[in-house]
Amino acid sequence: MAPDRIDIRHVARLARLALSDSEIATFGPQLGKLLSFVDELNELDTAGVAATAQVVPSRNVQRADAVRPETILTHEAALANAPQAQSGYFRVPRILAEEG
Amino acid sequence: MDPIRDSAVAIAAAVNRGETRASAIAAAIIPHAARVDTHVDAYLQLTPDLMRAQAERVDARIAAGERLPLAGVPVAIKDNMCLEGTRTTAGSRILGNFVAPYTATAVQRLLDAGALPIGKTNLDEFAMGSSGENSAFKMTRNPYDLERVPGGSSAGSAAAVGAFAATISLGSDTGGSIREPAAFCNVVGFKPTYGRVSRYGLIAFASSLDQIGPFARSVEDAALVYDAIAGKDPLDATSLDLRSEPTATNLPRDLRGVRVGIVKEFDTAALGESIAGCYHRAYEDLAALGATLVDVSLPTARYGLATYYLIAPAECSSNLARFDGVRYGLRVDGADVGEMYERTRATGFGPEVKRRILIGTYALSSGYYDAYYVKAQKARTRIAEDFSRAFERCDVIASPAASSPAFGFNAKSDPVAMYLMDYYTIPGSLAGLPSLSVPCGAVVPDGGTRAMPMGLQLATPLFTERALLGYAHAYEQATLHAEKLDPVEALR
Repeated sequence: MAPDRIDIRHVARLARLALSDSEIATFGPQLGKLLSFVDELNELDTAGVAATAQVVPSRNVQRADAVRPETILTHEAALANAPQAQSGYFRVPRILAEEG
Repeated sequence: MDPIRDSAVAIAAAVNRGETRASAIAAAIIPHAARVDTHVDAYLQLTPDLMRAQAERVDARIAAGERLPLAGVPVAIKDNMCLEGTRTTAGSRILGNFVAPYTATAVQRLLDAGALPIGKTNLDEFAMGSSGENSAFKMTRNPYDLERVPGGSSAGSAAAVGAFAATISLGSDTGGSIREPAAFCNVVGFKPTYGRVSRYGLIAFASSLDQIGPFARSVEDAALVYDAIAGKDPLDATSLDLRSEPTATNLPRDLRGVRVGIVKEFDTAALGESIAGCYHRAYEDLAALGATLVDVSLPTARYGLATYYLIAPAECSSNLARFDGVRYGLRVDGADVGEMYERTRATGFGPEVKRRILIGTYALSSGYYDAYYVKAQKARTRIAEDFSRAFERCDVIASPAASSPAFGFNAKSDPVAMYLMDYYTIPGSLAGLPSLSVPCGAVVPDGGTRAMPMGLQLATPLFTERALLGYAHAYEQATLHAEKLDPVEALR
């Protein structure tokens, strides 16, 4: 069997996605197959072709620097879906290890 | 007046004339939709209270002398669009308890036009899939054979309209998620030009491709919905600031003088005799309406799938980074914030979403970005250029909407086999084109017993929605294929 083309543990870390051993065993070959599939793009000559990020001609869209009251959530509404909130803030687990 | 089977055009006319009331429409369709949905599972939730309250508002506006283009028309909404105060899940466990704090612009415009929200519909998780089977919550069934899929990702929105459990619905289309399920469920599904309809309040999948559009049981109804939702929205900077003509008026009855392009590289013979025969008849019917059939070439269309399966996952991996357990949605605790992110996303996302996040992250990662992501964006340019050249020779391109009629559950266990369902829809998506699927007959699938609906895809140049809907209307009215099929007996 060919070695997996993707270091799936590394990519999963970049994506902040914990994977089980069985997921790694399943996704590795599946993603390898998908990469082989997209390899056919190498047949296509794109020398000198500009990259298209967005097909419709619109650029440098600007808006007035004005407050739109209808888009402002109240404090309560903004926190209503929070998994954990405290004193009007989102609460998260610690970010930095405690100093030893 | 039949509030279950009538068109949106007929319902709105009757409500505007005072012949019936929006409240009466709501009262008739709510129990019917609830009964049908015990078989179809199109809805993640029905919203009868919201529907009745909106019906009362509409009746009051009509009584005050207003005339509304969608007065009293029941609309189902794909559950990746926000409706204030309702659970909005995108078909994902990670948003299982998310209550939308605001309403999507497209949904708000339908409400303003007098439509009645009947419920939120099931979908492949984050709109990633072609069968509906990737929903974290339930399997929607095809109303024309309950043992087959409705297509995806707008599974419930297509099935609800096909099953007469809604008059119209909203879906979203990234690579075919409106057109393929429309073909499977015997309805019209219309993806406007990218940017025609605001994406504000649509939960993002691939931002350069996502576009909201309608499902309906006629082209005219789809046009009516499109007219209500299209147009610049200051809340979506990518929405187009172009005047759009109304499309639902003076629809043509023939195709005289219209050049219909048939794509040389789309080898329908490979789809099998009965499917190829169905499409050949459709092309002949277009010619019989006065159209001239011309061969056109899209030599790079065959690279569409590979291009799409780099660009869409790349954008998805970026968009879905926001689901981290901090501000909304699921949280699974960990020792520190990093572990919390990883566990939350591991528990909250299903396998297809994880695959796409991984492939997208890989395609964007250091050392691979140019080889995959930039290469795909250049391929996209070439595909769009091919369409531009083809449209020098024709006004509209006709092709299959899907590679087959609806298939059975668990029939496509290989992800790439599932991706191939969108072979015909993806190239037009990459080019941003307006495109739709209109019913074009029925075929008994291999191993099946019932004739299943088929869809003809039509695509036109950027911004030419009015022409596109006109061609589709002429074909539909001359053939009336949708009326020849009935949903399974249990739904009648």
